[in-house]
Amino acid sequence: MGALLKCENVSLGYEGDVITKDLNFTVSSGDYLCIVGENGSGKSTLIKALLGLRAPLDGKVELCGEVGKNEIGYLPQQTMVQRDFPASVREIVLSGCMNRCGLRPFYNNEEKKLAHDMMRRLEIEPLTKRCYRELSGGQQQRVLLARALCAARKMILLDEPVTGLDPKATNEMYELIDSLNKKDGITVIMVSHDMNAAVRYASHILHIGRKQLFFGTKEDYMTSKIGQAFISVMGGEDNE
Amino acid sequence: MSDIFSKLQDAFQLPVVRYALIVGLLIALCSSLLGVTLVMKRFSFIGDGLSHVAFGAMAVATVTGITNNMLIIMPVTIVSAVLLLRTGNNTKIKGDAAVAMISVGALALGYMLMNIAARNGTGRTSGNVTADVCSTLFGSTAILTLKPADVWICIVMSIVVVSVFLVFYNKIFAVTFDESFAKATGIRSDMYNLLIAVVIAVIIVIAMNFVGSLLISALIIFPALSAMRVFKSFRSVIICSVIISLLCAFSGIIISILAETPVGSTIVSADITVFFVFCIISAVLKRGK
Repeated sequence: MGALLKCENVSLGYEGDVITKDLNFTVSSGDYLCIVGENGSGKSTLIKALLGLRAPLDGKVELCGEVGKNEIGYLPQQTMVQRDFPASVREIVLSGCMNRCGLRPFYNNEEKKLAHDMMRRLEIEPLTKRCYRELSGGQQQRVLLARALCAARKMILLDEPVTGLDPKATNEMYELIDSLNKKDGITVIMVSHDMNAAVRYASHILHIGRKQLFFGTKEDYMTSKIGQAFISVMGGEDNE
Repeated sequence: MSDIFSKLQDAFQLPVVRYALIVGLLIALCSSLLGVTLVMKRFSFIGDGLSHVAFGAMAVATVTGITNNMLIIMPVTIVSAVLLLRTGNNTKIKGDAAVAMISVGALALGYMLMNIAARNGTGRTSGNVTADVCSTLFGSTAILTLKPADVWICIVMSIVVVSVFLVFYNKIFAVTFDESFAKATGIRSDMYNLLIAVVIAVIIVIAMNFVGSLLISALIIFPALSAMRVFKSFRSVIICSVIISLLCAFSGIIISILAETPVGSTIVSADITVFFVFCIISAVLKRGK
């Protein structure tokens, strides 16, 4: 179980304003890391830095060992996608397979089957031909997750995956992510507000504020002072 | 009716008219392919800016009297495409302001150069500056100015554009739909953005002689916007906009022969008509649901 991702002395922010600093942590293969913290503590920014979409102000983010950049799946926070984009569900889910293609211009049958399996797994099969912009928020979220699953071969990063889902769908989503981690051995990094889910499913917790407040296993977090304080504030209900 | 037929028959006896039809249809095909991408990526302004740059380059080419305009226009437009894309990503200079600056600047300088050259009698200016400028901006008033060389350049460029589009179709979709996802999952989206910009530049340059630099954006954007009213998947929108574009170009050319109207604006008028028809269709479909 080697390290997949390393953060050394990373600080994040916008144009010189530091949001959070001194982030030092390592994600190993097979981990389920939950990133928690209050609103505006830079969780989404951290995800973007881990993905290489945004350069950290300082320090370095490193993908190491066995994971290549094209083996990562990503579920963005909200649909940052434009509203009136003409695209069918199938086209979007298939685009998750793009990073397997390399220089090959078209999808092969294996990738088409994978996309189909993912759609079945997320129960969006009947929507295959529907237009993305006509779906409900929850359906759109599933489509994007199916796309992320197609792209994730070693690691998946999820930014608030349950936003806009009803309680039943929320549970299903967590179970699905859990089975992805346990059964398929995919490393999960998830941003969440939902402390219940975090302590239930994650193997490691990263708590960030103005700086790194805690990083370690879930068990250590629950016995730590900060962990107990935060769980008592945030836990118990789904805090948005 | 037989009048119209005999007039068309006479017209198609002339090789220039046949050239015009070939070139027109090829341009329509190429320009409609990237329309959706241009609209959805908010690149429309780049298309417009580039056409002005191409006008400036054309003026320089005319003044210096180089035999083949393409030698200057093509590289200048491609370089501008790359530069505009860079500034668009740069947060310090507002992208749209940079485009406005470059495009209006190119227009002004181009017009001034052509005027000065005409007064001094240098280059290939005809002395009638207004006509020269007008045909560069709005396309030739008659379609009789095409030479076989132009047709060949157009054919080769179209083959390049269409094959690039087909080969990179899936990647263009991925980068257009969600650039940050594409980037996050290891697709070199910067490179594909660059590719899209270069292809747009090439389309603008080949279309410029025909419909004029001010009307090219219309040719690129209208078919896509019309198709997007009714169709719902990326592929169907693209196929539909290609068909719309080809039909409009064909009917535009025929009408311009019959009614002796300028080609470029006739084609664009056809595109506008189709756009409104599709708006109505989409309204009817929505009500039907």
